[in-house]
Amino acid sequence: MRHRLDRRAFGRGAAATGAWLAAGAWRRARAQPVPLRLGVVLPRSGYEALIGQGCQRGYDIAVPILRDMGYAVELMNADTESKPDVARTQAEKLIREGANMLSGAWDSGQTAALAQVSEQHGVPLVINIGADPKITEQGYRYVFRNFPTAVMLASGALSLIGDLFEATGKTPKTAVLMVVNDTFGQAAQNAFSVLIPKLGMPFRLVETIPYDAQARDLSVEVAKAKAAGAELHLAVTRLNDGILMLREMVKQRYEPMGVISPGAPGFYERQFIKTLGKYAEYCFSNNAWMDPNQELTKTVETVFAKTFPEDPFDLNVGFSFEAVLIAADAHRRAGSVNAQALVEALRATNIGKRVMIGGAIRFDAKGQNVDNRLASLQIRNGRPTVVLPAANAEAKPVFPVPGWSQRT
Amino acid sequence: MLTYVSIIVAGLLTGCVYGLMALGLSVIFGVTRIVNFAHGEMMVVGMYAVLVLNQKLGLDPFVMTPVIAAGLFVGGYALQRGLVNRYIARPEHEQFLLLLAVAIMLTSSTLMVFGPDARNVQVDYAYDSYEIGGVLVDKVRLLAALGAVGGVAALWAFFRWTRTGKSIRACADNQVGAQVVGLDVKRLYAVTFGIGAACVGAAGVLLLLLVDVQPYIAADFTLLAFIIVIVGGLGSMPGALLGGLLVGVSEALSGFMVLPSLKSMFSFALLIVVLLVRPQGLLGRRA
Repeated sequence: MRHRLDRRAFGRGAAATGAWLAAGAWRRARAQPVPLRLGVVLPRSGYEALIGQGCQRGYDIAVPILRDMGYAVELMNADTESKPDVARTQAEKLIREGANMLSGAWDSGQTAALAQVSEQHGVPLVINIGADPKITEQGYRYVFRNFPTAVMLASGALSLIGDLFEATGKTPKTAVLMVVNDTFGQAAQNAFSVLIPKLGMPFRLVETIPYDAQARDLSVEVAKAKAAGAELHLAVTRLNDGILMLREMVKQRYEPMGVISPGAPGFYERQFIKTLGKYAEYCFSNNAWMDPNQELTKTVETVFAKTFPEDPFDLNVGFSFEAVLIAADAHRRAGSVNAQALVEALRATNIGKRVMIGGAIRFDAKGQNVDNRLASLQIRNGRPTVVLPAANAEAKPVFPVPGWSQRT
Repeated sequence: MLTYVSIIVAGLLTGCVYGLMALGLSVIFGVTRIVNFAHGEMMVVGMYAVLVLNQKLGLDPFVMTPVIAAGLFVGGYALQRGLVNRYIARPEHEQFLLLLAVAIMLTSSTLMVFGPDARNVQVDYAYDSYEIGGVLVDKVRLLAALGAVGGVAALWAFFRWTRTGKSIRACADNQVGAQVVGLDVKRLYAVTFGIGAACVGAAGVLLLLLVDVQPYIAADFTLLAFIIVIVGGLGSMPGALLGGLLVGVSEALSGFMVLPSLKSMFSFALLIVVLLVRPQGLLGRRA
């Protein structure tokens, strides 16, 4: 029996095929989760622009890497202009535009503003970097921080300083502290004043010199530090002021046994090393850093080097990547973009495969990850090099450091 | 003791550059009676100009000082001739709005072209210093101060010995009289504005050796220039230099003896004291 394909038969067949395809597409669409809309709030202009843009690169490369791992995240970016009031208005704008979660903001003052907005609107916040301890001491339910607090940074950094003295057999008796006079600097200063005696550090802090975060000239401050006659120079700086400070130290021929940045940004930044050249060598920075033994670190570093070959792969990138990872992981486990579901998922976070040195990413009852660990970096041959702890070290520490005139 | 001497010397050297910066403001007001609220912004334009030339041509900033000053002279002349001149006889608040608008446009332009990041020039001698009898003197600061003093001296010589300079002084003393004797007052006003802009441009070149440039520093320096000229006396050239030295030293000493983050407070305190005790400024003339 021969079957003729007439127009009616063709039409029935086409309709059936179309219905089958549409049903499959609907099933596929239903199976794909709604992507998480992550509002990223960073200082991409103003005096913190260089660092904010560094963090943005960490967020940007996270999206394709996590997509390959099966996560679904979209970024909505906003600029704080390095000001807390602008951070607040930008966060509120992102929420109005549909952000399911917020992340940022590197600067503690701006991050505190974000935390308030997050709590007011019931939108979770994952802090990439921001060390003021008070942020997670307010009883906030929607705020989660994967970065050490200033107290943790100070405590970890001071312990590493003690390890440095032990490793090199040289112990200074006195120290001077220059500290940037902003939210982070004040928190660090308060932490040091308590922790130095509490941890039994072998040196005495003879002078503490706060300075304006936007200072154009630190000659007076450095003169004061030199006049204090201390053997060790501790500095809690940002990037630009770190450069100003070192420059003045060279000009004023101020040569302590070493210059150590305990838990502060600046010294590991590429701009710091590039601008100061040989004078940046041997500066120490005790900070959270990337774990070279983690597979994810190697993956992220490889992708970053291809995407941003001229830019440094540093902790700004690492923690920003982890912020997106935490957000995406919570979104996947929650299975929705509902704020309460996301918050419950964030509270249950347990990420073992990560980028930064430390235990698995988990949050305590206050929303703080207490298991990040620090490393001691020393600038060697133009590169931040891990010198402590010994288990992760790439080179032995040099302390006391050579004088300025001996640098080549 | 030597530390205090080093601090005072550094303050004096910085004060020389401040003095040159404020001198432009004083000269413009002294002759045209216009307060240039775009003063700091013009200086930032000069700083960026030298930054670009240094990066493109590798020229030392000191070598470029006359070039930048000349460029800003032309810009200041054109601004006054084309725009500010129309407001000479208008109320002061309109003059303020005009120059504020110019300031905002200049800041926005530098922000658009150069971005917000702080930048500086790299010179081989940036880290050098001299030791003179135990007192450390920063080489860059010393050279900047010498450049500023040279600029002030050149300006003084111009006003004292050149025909144009004397004509400008005549306009400042008596505008009507100057017109009666046939001086082209409008042209002289434009030349004065150009000179003021050239001063602040030269100061910008020298300051770039001491501080980093970014668009947002303009307002701070405009304010600083105002403090200096009010302390020294609005319209007084020696007053501007004296004011600069006083502010430079007060910032340095107060930062060292009290708290570095309170440096600016002492400049404002000095301003308040002068306004209370001698409102026309230390070397200014009573109205």
